[in-house]
Amino acid sequence: MEIVLAFVIGGLYAAGIYMMMRRSIVKLIIGLALLGHAANLLIFTVSRLNRGQPAIVPEGARVPIAAFADPVPQALILTAIVIGFGTLAFAVVLIKRVYEVVGTDDLDSIKGTDA
Amino acid sequence: MPEMEVHLFLLLPILVPFLTAILSILAWGRRRLQRILSLVGVAGLLSAGINLFIIVRTGGTQAAQMGNWPAPFGITLVADLFSAIMVVLAGLMGLAVGVYALADVDPGRESFGFHPLYHILLMGVCGAFLTGDIFNLFVWFEVMLIASFVLLALGGERAQMEGAIKYVTLNLVASAIFLAAVGILYGVAGTLNMADLARQLREVTYQNLVNALAMMFLIAFGIKAAVFPLYFWLPAAYHTPPAAVSAIFAGLLTKVGVYAIIRVFTLLFVQDVAYTHTLILVVAGLTMVTGVLGAITQNDFRRILSFQIVSTTGYMIMGLALFTPLALAGAIFYIIHDIIVKTNLFLISGMVRYLQGTYQLKYLGGLYATHPGLAALFLIPALSLAGLPPLSGFWAKLALVRAGLELEQYAIVATALGVSLITLFSMTQIWAEVFWKKNPTDEPALVVSGNGWLLRFYPALALAACTLLIGLVAEPIFALSMSAAEALLDPSGYIQAVLGGTP
Repeated sequence: MEIVLAFVIGGLYAAGIYMMMRRSIVKLIIGLALLGHAANLLIFTVSRLNRGQPAIVPEGARVPIAAFADPVPQALILTAIVIGFGTLAFAVVLIKRVYEVVGTDDLDSIKGTDA
Repeated sequence: MPEMEVHLFLLLPILVPFLTAILSILAWGRRRLQRILSLVGVAGLLSAGINLFIIVRTGGTQAAQMGNWPAPFGITLVADLFSAIMVVLAGLMGLAVGVYALADVDPGRESFGFHPLYHILLMGVCGAFLTGDIFNLFVWFEVMLIASFVLLALGGERAQMEGAIKYVTLNLVASAIFLAAVGILYGVAGTLNMADLARQLREVTYQNLVNALAMMFLIAFGIKAAVFPLYFWLPAAYHTPPAAVSAIFAGLLTKVGVYAIIRVFTLLFVQDVAYTHTLILVVAGLTMVTGVLGAITQNDFRRILSFQIVSTTGYMIMGLALFTPLALAGAIFYIIHDIIVKTNLFLISGMVRYLQGTYQLKYLGGLYATHPGLAALFLIPALSLAGLPPLSGFWAKLALVRAGLELEQYAIVATALGVSLITLFSMTQIWAEVFWKKNPTDEPALVVSGNGWLLRFYPALALAACTLLIGLVAEPIFALSMSAAEALLDPSGYIQAVLGGTP
C-alpha cells in the first residue's frame, strides 16, 4: 500500500509542478492545490499505514490495549486541509480580480512589477 | 511568580492582537472607532511584549503548555530571550506603523478591513515567534500569510494585483514544502515539539535523511526570508501596496523567515554543521551580493529598498552560518537594528511620495531645500544601513566581521565589507536624487502641516531615535544579544523549560 501511495504522491507532485509551469493563472492555482494535496498524502503515508486499528480506549481500560494507528498525522492533515482550503479560496478570488484588473490570464503579460 | 500568570503573559502577545482584530471586525463600518481600537491594540501589544521580555530577562526561558496537555503531546508556547526580543520589536513596529497608517492608509482601504487584517498579521508574527511546536509554526505562518495576502492586494490597483500573484504563488509553494518537511520530520522523529525534536534528532541514525530535511526547511524558510536564489518575489511585490503596508512587511515578514531559519538551525539541525552551515554561509554571501547589485540598478525609491531587504538578510544568515556565540550575537544585533531601520526607510519613502506624488527617482528632487528635517531623518537610517559609526548598523557589522575574522573566513568578511560599501553608494544615490538635486518637475513639493504630516513624521522620528540610541549605547544591547545567542547555542535551557527535568 505504501508503494502505491508513494506513486500517487509522486504523480500529484509532478502534475502540480507541471501545471505551475503553464502560462495560465488558472492552471497555476490548480497546480498549487495539487501540491497541497500531495503534501497531505505524504504526511499520511510517512506516519505508517495501519488498517483497522482505531485509536480508541476500550471501556474499562485507561490506555489503548491493542496496537493503534497514530491519530496525530490525521489531525495535522485535517488542519492543513482547512488552511489549504482557506488559502485556495483566497487565491481563486485573487485570480478573478487579477483577470478583471489586468484583463488577461497569461502570466507572461503580467510583468509590470518585475525588477 | 505563579505559574498561571506566566502562562497568561506568554499568551498576551498573541491574545491582544487577536482581540483587537475581533473588536475591530465588530466595529465594521465605524472607521473612527476602528482607528482608536487599532491604536489601543498596538500599544497593548508593545506593553505585553515588554512585559514578557522583562520576565524572560529575569527568569530565563519560559514555557506554557496550552490546554494543560503535558509536553510533548500538546502545543507549547516558549519564550527564550531571542523570541522575547523579537516580540518586543514586533510590538514596536506595530505601534510605529500603526500610527503612521492612520494618516497613510486611505479611507477606502480602511473601510475594507485594513485594521482587522493588520492585527491578524501581528498576531501571526508574534505566534510564530512564541510557538515551540513545528506544526504550530506552520499554522502561524499561514495566519500571517493570509493576512499579508489580503493587505497586499487590498485596494486592487493593477501593480498590486501583479505583485500579489507572485507573492501568493511563491509563498504557497514555500508552505507546501514546509508542510511536506514537517510530515517527513514527524515520520522520522515521531514528535512535533521542537524541544523534543532536538533530543530525538540527536539519536537518529539516518543522518542523510535528516540533512535532506534540513535542506527542505532551508528552502521553505529561505523563500519566506528572501535569500538567494529564492528572493525574486520580494522586489516584485513589496513596492506595490501603500507605504504603511510595505513598511510592516519590510520590518517583520522576512524577519520571521530569518527567525525560523535561526531557530531550526540552532535547535534541530546541528548534527552536521560542517555541511549545512557551510551551505548557509555560501547562500549568505550570494544573498548580500545579488541584493545590493539589484538595488543599485533600480530607479524607484521602494524597489531600491526592497533589494536592500534581500541584501541585509544575507548578513543575518551569515551570523548563523559562522555559528559562534559572537557571530550569532552579531546576527541578533543585526536583526534588531535592521527591523527598525528598514521599517523607517519605508516610512520615509512614503513621506516622500506624500510630498511629491511619486516613488520614481527621476521625478523627485529638491527636498533638502524644502524639507531639511525630512532629509536629516532619512540620513540616520540610511547611513545606519550602510554601517557608518556611530549608528546601529556599524556595531552589528563590526560583530559579524570580527566573528568572521576569528574563524579566518576571509571570503565572507571581504564580501560583507564590499557589500557595505555598495550599500553606502546605493543610499547616497537616493540622497542625491531625492534630496539634493533640483526638483525636475514644475510642481513644487507639497507644503505640509497638520495631522496628516505629523502622524507620518513622529513614528519615523521615534524609530530614528531608536537607531541613534542603539548606536550610542550599543553595549547593553550587545550584551543582550550575546546572552540570547548563548541561549540559542546551548539549547539545554530551552529543552528543560519545555520538557522539564534534565535534558
